[in-house]
Amino acid sequence: MRKIVIDPVTRIEGHAKITIQLDDDDRVVETAFHVTQVRGFEKFTEGRPYYEMPSITARICGICPISHLLASAKACDAIMSVRIPPTAAKLREALHCGQIIQSHALSFFHLSAPDLLLGFDSPPERRNIIGVLEDHPYMARDGIALRKFGQQVIEGLAKERIHPSWIVPGGVNAPLDPAVRDRILAGLPEAKAITRRTFAFFKSVVDDFPDEIAHFGNCPTMYAGLTDADGGLQLYDGSVRFIDAEGKVVVPAMPAEDYGSYIGEATLANSYLKAPYFKPHGHPAGIYRVGPLARLNVATHCGSPEADAEFAEYHQRFGKVVQSSFHFHYARLVEIVYALERLEALLDAPSILDTHVRARAGVNALEGVGIAEAPRGMLIHHYKVNEAGAITWANLIVATGHNNLAIGKSVDEVARHFIHERKLSEGVLNRVSAVVRAYDPCLSCSTHAADQYPVEISLLDADGDVLDRVRS
Amino acid sequence: MPSQITVRIDGVLCTATEGQTIFEVAEANGKVIPSLCHMEGVSPAGSCRLCLVEVAGVDRLLPACTTPAQRGMAVTTTSDRLVRHRRLALELMFVERNHVCAVCVSNGHCELQALAMSLGVTYVRYPYNSPRLPVDVSHPRFVLDHNRCILCSRCVRVCDEIEGAHVWDIGGRGIGSRVVAELDQPWGDSQACTSCGKCVQVCPTGALVEKGYGVEEMTRSNSAVARLAMKKGAAS
Ligand code: SF4
Ligand code: FES
Repeated sequence: MRKIVIDPVTRIEGHAKITIQLDDDDRVVETAFHVTQVRGFEKFTEGRPYYEMPSITARICGICPISHLLASAKACDAIMSVRIPPTAAKLREALHCGQIIQSHALSFFHLSAPDLLLGFDSPPERRNIIGVLEDHPYMARDGIALRKFGQQVIEGLAKERIHPSWIVPGGVNAPLDPAVRDRILAGLPEAKAITRRTFAFFKSVVDDFPDEIAHFGNCPTMYAGLTDADGGLQLYDGSVRFIDAEGKVVVPAMPAEDYGSYIGEATLANSYLKAPYFKPHGHPAGIYRVGPLARLNVATHCGSPEADAEFAEYHQRFGKVVQSSFHFHYARLVEIVYALERLEALLDAPSILDTHVRARAGVNALEGVGIAEAPRGMLIHHYKVNEAGAITWANLIVATGHNNLAIGKSVDEVARHFIHERKLSEGVLNRVSAVVRAYDPCLSCSTHAADQYPVEISLLDADGDVLDRVRS
Repeated sequence: MPSQITVRIDGVLCTATEGQTIFEVAEANGKVIPSLCHMEGVSPAGSCRLCLVEVAGVDRLLPACTTPAQRGMAVTTTSDRLVRHRRLALELMFVERNHVCAVCVSNGHCELQALAMSLGVTYVRYPYNSPRLPVDVSHPRFVLDHNRCILCSRCVRVCDEIEGAHVWDIGGRGIGSRVVAELDQPWGDSQACTSCGKCVQVCPTGALVEKGYGVEEMTRSNSAVARLAMKKGAAS
């Protein structure tokens, strides 16, 4: 038996390792996806006042801190047992739109565009944003501009781009300045134009990847994501809906505080990342996916005109339930369209300038659960506190956790299809990491410069000896 | 009536009243000496060593906040040597406990952080001690986070000398020293605490804070406490 280890996967946030086990005939028999880092937030927040959790847990990630802020603040709202002022909820959602836009733009243009534009088999030294800049300068500039717009939304609302302290338990800590609103609204038309251009381009090339579409985690799973009461797409609020691989609604609206009855967490060997599964179906049968692909499968519509049109076309092209993880890319673009329209609607409402934006209360419940849709998928924060408000227990389930089993399964599928020899070709390696990248996983949730991810792949024989090792 | 004396501070001739500390004379003459444990209106502690100055003819450095000005003294308040010592004192404070500005309620309003920035402490040269320290959340309105305490004892003095409640003391020894409420009880169980919040207003770091305040939200007014101290001084 031979083993191939890809470690760590390039162009994702954080570190992961992939082991591919070959048999004596050089066929893939088994693959494993391990996450080799643990951050221990659950442990070291013990004893701290609960209301510090948003800012502490926002440190989990430099790419999507807002998602942690929101899920955490919602858990704290639950501990305080308050309904936050309606304007505060809208402001939080507007901030989240900015986050979705910038994060999806980063994923699409910086991390995935190199494969899509330059090809999976193009030379690795050029297969990055710089290569895109040389061959498709227009596209690269658009990507940078769109991401910047998302960051400006965050900066304008929360006054800081990374780890803002604006989101607090009970709401937000300052009302919206009309000048900031006007500035963001002024930038919207350009952001929309970029998104339309990119979408038109992407639609023209998406059919060039039949092999990838067919083998990039094209496996049926369940899906989970937030929706409103009508099944409309939700990123900040709403309740979690589970559907099965055929699209049948299994759980229409899971109450946040009951997540433990629906989601089990298995522990895997060789990985610090737990593997959540849909409890009623057991492990590993209860495998489900979250994130853009899942959200668009779970939702029945988006709720804004342009996004609804794109949503309809998307499902027309790929079916009612879109299974291939390759379509995470397409789904991300639909969500950017939605986030831009939603942002506009939120900021256009005059009530957005209301100054009543924070509810204050002490501990009124000893437990709280908050769920938000991070760009990468459902994020759950669950805290227990004592009467004085000190954290006694915390559990976080991050998007990449929910997708853990599915990523493993997708890697397995790609490896089986593309690996046929004892050596690792660049194209194979890249496809294996690309399928992981399609999920846009955030593994250690720490920031890295976009083109500095090291990759190491080892090929091991039956006895565990290394046959081949590649490190960039 | 105490007599008037003259001292030289950084070469400038200053008039002082006998019994005034170097710190007070400097301040009255518009000189800023870095300080952390010093607080106007309460007795000096001399514990932080930020206010060290050079006195001509004296080999060792002296804390300005506890050293009385003497006739004819020549004081230097800033020099390479002093900056070196002050930086060292700050670095040792940072390594002793867990100061994580990014998630601190006092981020941006912290005297320790501000001093470190003004003295150019951009890194520390020693390994962090990273102790496991508790957070006392037992008080209904306030929180004491030992991770951020620098043992300046301002809270101890303000509670004793101005509020007259004497809730706080420093218990333990050396590296094990901690601010303790009433012979080391949870703050919320203290009988003497009047919940006046003076200790919270004077704490230079994020150690004593209002409950429910998020990161960066804790601003304070220790000048208000100083004004109270002045009033009290005038009355007695
Ligand atoms: S709690 Fe604050 S005021 Fe009291 S000794 Fe510690 S740092 Fe100084
Ligand atoms: S201010 Fe003088 S020793 Fe602290």
